[in-house]
Amino acid sequence: MLSIRGIHKTFNPGTVNEKTALNNLTLELKQGDFVTVIGGNGSGKSTLLNCIAGVHTVDAGSITIDGDEVTRIPEHKRAAMLGRVFQDPMVGTAANMGIEENLALAYRRGKRRTLKWGISNQERQLYKELLSQLDLGLENRLSDKVGLLSGGQRQALTLLMATLKKPKLLLLDEHTAALDPKTAVKVLELTDKFITEGNLTTLMVTHNMRDAIKYGNRLIMMYEGRILLDIAEEAKQKLTVEDLLKRFGQASGEEFANDRALLS
Amino acid sequence: MLGLLWAVMTIGVYITYRILGIADLSVEGSITTGAAIAAHCIYTGMNPYLATFLALLGGMAAGLITGLLHTKLKIPALLSGILTMIALYSINLRILGKSNLSLLRMDTVYTVFKESSLVNNPLFVRLNIAHQLPAIILGIICVLAIVTILYWFFGTEIGCSIRATGDNPQMARAQGINTNNMIILGLIISNGLVALSGALIAQQQSFADIQMGIGSIVIGLASVIIGEVLFGRRSFYSRLMSLVFGAITYRLIIALVLKMGMPANDLKLFTAITVAAALALPTFRSYLRPLTKSMKGGAVDAVNKRNS
Repeated sequence: MLSIRGIHKTFNPGTVNEKTALNNLTLELKQGDFVTVIGGNGSGKSTLLNCIAGVHTVDAGSITIDGDEVTRIPEHKRAAMLGRVFQDPMVGTAANMGIEENLALAYRRGKRRTLKWGISNQERQLYKELLSQLDLGLENRLSDKVGLLSGGQRQALTLLMATLKKPKLLLLDEHTAALDPKTAVKVLELTDKFITEGNLTTLMVTHNMRDAIKYGNRLIMMYEGRILLDIAEEAKQKLTVEDLLKRFGQASGEEFANDRALLS
Repeated sequence: MLGLLWAVMTIGVYITYRILGIADLSVEGSITTGAAIAAHCIYTGMNPYLATFLALLGGMAAGLITGLLHTKLKIPALLSGILTMIALYSINLRILGKSNLSLLRMDTVYTVFKESSLVNNPLFVRLNIAHQLPAIILGIICVLAIVTILYWFFGTEIGCSIRATGDNPQMARAQGINTNNMIILGLIISNGLVALSGALIAQQQSFADIQMGIGSIVIGLASVIIGEVLFGRRSFYSRLMSLVFGAITYRLIIALVLKMGMPANDLKLFTAITVAAALALPTFRSYLRPLTKSMKGGAVDAVNKRNS
């Protein structure tokens, strides 16, 4: 489904701020893989997702999604294949537009936008049903501005928008990191439900080791812009946090450094 | 009653300033471009309606240039607008041929109305508003048509995409919207309306002048803000209508202060101060809030003390 071959990304090349974010990274995902991504500060997790989404173009290497090479394709065109949820709940939705308008925008992802009316009544019915699944009472607030919602509600809505048109690949970039623990659990459970029901191929970056172990069928740990550990299926099921820290130490020769990961 | 004609420009400014979140200075040039194209074409004997339509197209072209400078060449929006504005000054001079072109005794878009029996009704003549009626009638027709078209347009898929682009470009791109194209489209529509307004104003006052655009962005912003403050901002339709009333109110305020004896030369200073004050209002409020709160709190404490 996703095939990444030897990608490199360096920010601010030739300056004192030069930073190699991705260093010859190669990754293959099968259809239906739910991969959790974990790593220390600045290990390149977010850059990896942003390179797949086309926010950054890679310096070298190639990215192929479902057989289509997308390495040089701009972000808005790749969006047709991708569903994305961001760390900041403000980023995924348009605050001054209504809930239904946001959903309608997502519903047309990958379609040519015309002078047809922006939302149809049929869609409204569909959105109502889908929103009631979130169990947040949003189904009765279709025309409310998204700016009125809480961070958790916005993140749940973004998740729904990301999966409304079934994406070939779902990219979740620490999408529960900015939420309070209780809301984070709820959004994560919703995420898992959507992924299982839709059999979605997913890359989920998280800073929480327990979540990374609990969810998905495969775990990769990043370090200095490359993949350090790649643990799948049964080996992953037996994994514990202590294991993970130990194996990280053996592989990198360093202590695991991620303030938030160690605190949570 | 120039307010109605300026309302067309105000709607244009609203599209860039509020919907796209860009303060587009090319407006200063494109309003004159509209006036210049219409004046030149009418002067050379063209049908005034066709001339006005060409003015609209001219403004759209100006918007396209600003949009390309901003999105393709990645020049900051403010600077892109300034560049177009400066470039248009020379272009406008070329179109006009001189700094001022008179349209006296030429057929304009208002001529039909001027000759109609309704306008020349003895009642209106006696009330001394007959000479203003053509601009009012055409102004109302134009404004209603534009408000209706825009209300429809911003509800369509493309219109929603423009709104999303202005609201949250990151989200818009993630939903597959080509934000660059939407910004360009918004600037084209906005500058087209502004030029149309310029064409209508020039024909109403019977001349086009190279200086007439100066300060128009500030006038536009003032009208937008007055409209929002005085006439609410609930639905999109009421917002569009509030712009019209805002533009008219602005004109009334100007007429009032002029009547009260303010020298006409100080008008632009007056407008600038008004807009600055209006834009600073939220900041002032946030300064004042803790102050008023503590004052209220203090008063309540004092009352409680006295009662106890």
